Amino acid sequence: MLYRENGQFKTSYDADQQLLPIAQDRWFVIALAAASFVLVPLAAGDYALRALIIPFLILTIAAIGLNILVGYCGQISLGSAGFMGVGAYVAYNLTVRVPQLNFLVTLVLSGGAAAFVGMVFGLPSLRIKGLYLAVATLAAQFFLDWAFVRVPWFTADSTSGSVSTNPIVLLGWSIERPVDKYLLVLGLLCVLTLAAKNLTRSHIGRAWMATRDMDVAAEVIGVRPVVAKLSAFAVSSFYAGVAGALWGFVHLGSWEPAAFEVSMSLNLLFMIIIGGLGSMVGSYFGAAFFVILPLLLNRVPEMIGIDVSTAMKSHMEAMIFGGLIVFFLAVEPHGLARLWAIGKEKLRIWPFPH
Amino acid sequence: MKRNTAMWIGWTAALGCAASLAVSAGAEDAKAAKEQFFPLLVYRTGPYAPNGTPWANAKQDYLKLINARDGGVNGVKLTYEECETEYIKTDRGVECYERLKDKGPTGATLFDPQSTGITFALTERAPVDKIPLLTVGYGRAEAQDGMVFQWNFPLLGTYWTGADILVQYIAKREGGPEHLKGKKFALVYLDAPYGKEPIPLLEERSRTLGFELVKIPVTSPGIEQKAVWLQVRQQRPDYVLLWGWGVMNSTALKEAQETAFPRDHLLGIWWSGAEPDVKDVGEGAKGYTALTIQYGAGVSKVQSDILKYVHDKGQGTGPREEVGTVLYNRGLIIAMLSVEAVRRAQEHFGKGKPMTGEQVRWGLENLALDQKKLDALGFGEMLKPFATSCSNHIGASYARIQTWDGTKWVAGDLYEADQKLITPMADKTAEAYAATKNIAIRTDCKS
Repeated sequence: MLYRENGQFKTSYDADQQLLPIAQDRWFVIALAAASFVLVPLAAGDYALRALIIPFLILTIAAIGLNILVGYCGQISLGSAGFMGVGAYVAYNLTVRVPQLNFLVTLVLSGGAAAFVGMVFGLPSLRIKGLYLAVATLAAQFFLDWAFVRVPWFTADSTSGSVSTNPIVLLGWSIERPVDKYLLVLGLLCVLTLAAKNLTRSHIGRAWMATRDMDVAAEVIGVRPVVAKLSAFAVSSFYAGVAGALWGFVHLGSWEPAAFEVSMSLNLLFMIIIGGLGSMVGSYFGAAFFVILPLLLNRVPEMIGIDVSTAMKSHMEAMIFGGLIVFFLAVEPHGLARLWAIGKEKLRIWPFPH
Repeated sequence: MKRNTAMWIGWTAALGCAASLAVSAGAEDAKAAKEQFFPLLVYRTGPYAPNGTPWANAKQDYLKLINARDGGVNGVKLTYEECETEYIKTDRGVECYERLKDKGPTGATLFDPQSTGITFALTERAPVDKIPLLTVGYGRAEAQDGMVFQWNFPLLGTYWTGADILVQYIAKREGGPEHLKGKKFALVYLDAPYGKEPIPLLEERSRTLGFELVKIPVTSPGIEQKAVWLQVRQQRPDYVLLWGWGVMNSTALKEAQETAFPRDHLLGIWWSGAEPDVKDVGEGAKGYTALTIQYGAGVSKVQSDILKYVHDKGQGTGPREEVGTVLYNRGLIIAMLSVEAVRRAQEHFGKGKPMTGEQVRWGLENLALDQKKLDALGFGEMLKPFATSCSNHIGASYARIQTWDGTKWVAGDLYEADQKLITPMADKTAEAYAATKNIAIRTDCKS
């Protein structure tokens, strides 16, 4: 009833192929974007912005990147946090050594550096698949961990290995308050989501999905595996690099190499598995779930009246994530995004299901 | 159909929880006026938990003691909330800080992050939110210069004072500083800001005294150290300085035993000299010497009070046997300094009122604990009298040598760090920091 497509006729191929063909979808996304840019800064408090929404947005960028690699192209990667670290450290070095650069240019360059590094570490994917590739990317993660700690050039020769950044200044706009940071990250996320969605609908995206589904058959019909796989690594690492730079500059402000270690790689993988592999909106759901769960675990026992120690809450987080991953992989491999899709399907014929 | 229904129910429940959470996040009930909130950043999980847990238990026990024995600080009750950081996770530390900084009628009293890495991250935020950082025996070494680091208080010791005292102790053992020339020291350190902090001072000392310094990093969390101790064997240093934390310490001692490195030439900083580090090795660590911040293991007046007012009433945070261990006592000292800062602030800004972070900062900067006050608090045997000031955010730089005899820590001599060397170094580093961060050096200091 609400979601009726009656009367929505497309008269051109462009209209038929648009991202959101159903008018209700378009209105919903426009309203959501308007609410995010206008209402949230007015309504949300500093804590909610700083501790919930900004990390959620930045992790979504990284999750979209990893989803492109794992969900769309089928190449397992456990090195995404290392590529985030590359983006963060390159951005730091650029702001320290070339301070005249506009921060957006710095972001693009750090993403580009991460893309290059990602391509180099993605070369094994041309020969190995599955678990072996996961281990090779894990090696990339540990190598990058080592490099950031042992090579003093990355941390601009800081004795403690810890780097700290000054607030970003974009064309005179000093990004210090949580609201400013939120708007910057939201703007970047919108642009990057649009880019990713369009990439996945283009011939490159189709090459990725063909490689994921049956790489030998894809090669037979003319999809070049080198181009498909390395481009997936490049794009995914670009997103990870931009997310890493934002994570370090906007969210943390000051970080050490341990901020980009293997646990973050695993968390990103959990996010996209729970959210939904091979789906843009799944990256959003996964990141939101990941940010909200620790808070739920902190608040809900208090509200119910059960006293849980901090150690127990930490353990429960790990247990629940693990349990959910097993659950989702067994029951619904397409994750929360599939639930969303099923919901929309049902809404199209509600209230008269058949 | 059944599977989808189950998932629908699950998802609706999750959404309901999220909605209630959003509602509750906004509605912070206005608390009763006379409470002082202490955020407690702890780590009870992860590889650093063995050392973090006694510390965390002590902090809570002391706050409970003040409430039970004294009725709070001049009638203001102390409240607290713990938040798990796992020591090495800076983003968790920052998230805990953001969540707890506004709790209580006047906001958080101060933050003791229990982690040098998190201290680095919070040093940026504390001046903006006007909440002091109390980093007893850890944190940034240059933060002892209060002219730049207005909000950081590395009371009673930093890694530079600790490193200096270790060098002094070795010099005494060798018969004088001139005998250090030509010797080789190896620094086995956790590859984290904590482990790297002492390096500038050790390098300075190696330049002036003529010993060779070999730096051997250990990747966090330090469970795998076979390669490290192979390197130690190859290098054949005269002394090994251990800068570890958590399971790295006990692993280091086990590896030292296996590679037959003489344990009496193994010296640890005050975070590498506690019972969890040596208990597993027991007799094998006999002769291992470590520093402690003025007092090591033992039960003095304040511990007896805690056993009487907190543990005997069933309110103890941790096990009873933990009371009086090295890290537990250090946690007590840290909690005592926090409470005394509040008390001092109340003397100036109004007795019986909850203090804001700014007022507590003043209290920390004007602390003057003489022997009489320390005796009254129950710390008379544990600490020497000291005072802080505007430019002196460290107060005192004593440390005591203690040696493990196989079953317990035996206290030795007290040493004082050479502030004639350290203060100019700290001031110089602090000024460099101020220049990069555009912080104006204070002009309101009288001392």
